[in-house]
Amino acid sequence: MSYIYLYALLGVGLFVLGLNALIIHANLLRKILAVNVMCTGAFLVLVALASRNLAAQPDPVPHAMVITGIVVAVSATALALILMVKVNLATGKNELPD
Amino acid sequence: MDTKHWLLLPLLLALGVALGYAVVSMPEPGQELPTMLANNMEVSGVSNPVTAVLLNFRGYDTLLEMGVLLGALLGVWSLGGIVENRESSPGQVLDIMSRQLVPVLILVAGYLLWAGADAPGGAFQAGSLLAAAGVLLLLCGWRLDNRYSGLPLRVLLVLGLGMFVIAGIGLLLLQGGFLLYPPAAAGGLILIIEAAATLSIGTTLAAMFLGGRPMGAEL
Repeated sequence: MSYIYLYALLGVGLFVLGLNALIIHANLLRKILAVNVMCTGAFLVLVALASRNLAAQPDPVPHAMVITGIVVAVSATALALILMVKVNLATGKNELPD
Repeated sequence: MDTKHWLLLPLLLALGVALGYAVVSMPEPGQELPTMLANNMEVSGVSNPVTAVLLNFRGYDTLLEMGVLLGALLGVWSLGGIVENRESSPGQVLDIMSRQLVPVLILVAGYLLWAGADAPGGAFQAGSLLAAAGVLLLLCGWRLDNRYSGLPLRVLLVLGLGMFVIAGIGLLLLQGGFLLYPPAAAGGLILIIEAAATLSIGTTLAAMFLGGRPMGAEL
């Protein structure tokens, strides 16, 4: 048990906080931000677990996966934001109609 | 809404505890994958393990990721033209700072691309910096000239994926394996693919920020 697990647990905490915000807020911008916080939590878990073995070099495979994930998260966020703008233009609100 | 919260909080806490327990109780990694990687570093053509994984050992991931980026941009463009928002002229500080910063950003992007072979850096970091330079310019009211927003822009957007696919198919014919780099030429091939990917990532992210297909870009 090393201090690395502190970072991993922080990532889990971010994930749960983001999930909470995703559920309780109706505003789409808040939902998109919440998904981004969840992504950050998942990345933090991966990066922390990559260096669990303090004696060895950090495992580069999770690092490469996180780089891939960040770019995918950014492009998905861009697409979600455009969809939100279109919903706003169509309904005048930043929320999905029931 | 408040009546649901008493149920939501315990559920989320239970999820957090379960995930935390899973993370803490995960067994120590079998050292096979890092050891395999360390033993094969000399055939990868680069000495930075992250770049070796991204461009060589798990090249499929990166190839498909370029496809995801392009797909997201097509999704943005298919939703119509640029959303008009009220333009305000940039303040003096933003104007002067962007003139100073954009050349520096481009220079650092070039450095990161080159350094990616043997130090932290690489195509994605360099591409993000290029995109930051593009976003800064767009915020200052700069727009791509209509002459370049047709075919030249599209060529730049597909360059990364295109170069990857061409290299993959070329190596399939020459070496008998998709993206199977010959160790002697791996470094050069990775640098070419990374350079094309950097340009494409930067352009794609900046174009997504614009939020629609540029005007006068009908083909």
